Amino acid sequence: MAIKIYAEPFDPWQEIQAHQHSATELAGKFGATNIFIGTMRDFNEGDDVLGMTLEHYPGMTEKQLEKIVTEAMRQWPVIDALVVHRVGDILPNEPIVLVAVWTSHRGDAFDASRYIMEALKSRAPFWKKELLKSQTERWLVKNTDGYL
Amino acid sequence: MSIKVRYFASLKESVGRAEDNLECAGLATVGDVWRFANPDKALPDNSLAAVNMDYVDVSSAVKDGDEVAFFPPVTGG
Repeated sequence: MAIKIYAEPFDPWQEIQAHQHSATELAGKFGATNIFIGTMRDFNEGDDVLGMTLEHYPGMTEKQLEKIVTEAMRQWPVIDALVVHRVGDILPNEPIVLVAVWTSHRGDAFDASRYIMEALKSRAPFWKKELLKSQTERWLVKNTDGYL
Repeated sequence: MSIKVRYFASLKESVGRAEDNLECAGLATVGDVWRFANPDKALPDNSLAAVNMDYVDVSSAVKDGDEVAFFPPVTGG
């Protein structure tokens, strides 16, 4: 399991490749990799968005993400998982979050990564503040339920 | 007892500070910590609380040396 918080832009594809190459226990064992990448849009709730600042609670963020991934590993036979999340100033088109899960079979990969992503959305202590084209700032109030 | 209190995001802005270092006696719960640190402001209904980086209810107990945090619903991902 690897949890990474970056204050600078990251390339999710490089992260996946680097993790897969360094995780020797994966070789020959995984048959399925499920990948979720969340990317910043230039619109939200009907407004044009110029950028965003992502605040987090250092220490608690990592602790909660580790807990979430551990829960997923208990529930599904996950061989390995990688979670990467941006903080700081973010521009549209930059990746915000990456969840990658390696399992033997596809069903577990889909289910475990969905679980990690939805739990991250409701429990990992990050907060987004948007800068709108109108030059006003606003905090996002709540994440929507991804299952609705 | 010593309690470190931390505030994040919109709640940090509305209380006007990022943290408090309380030297106090007689604080039993997370709710007591909020009321001691913010006597003139009610904790917003949707707020979340943590003790030592784990989620708790405001009725949870606190002890000397704890780090207590208050923040709005999370919006990462």
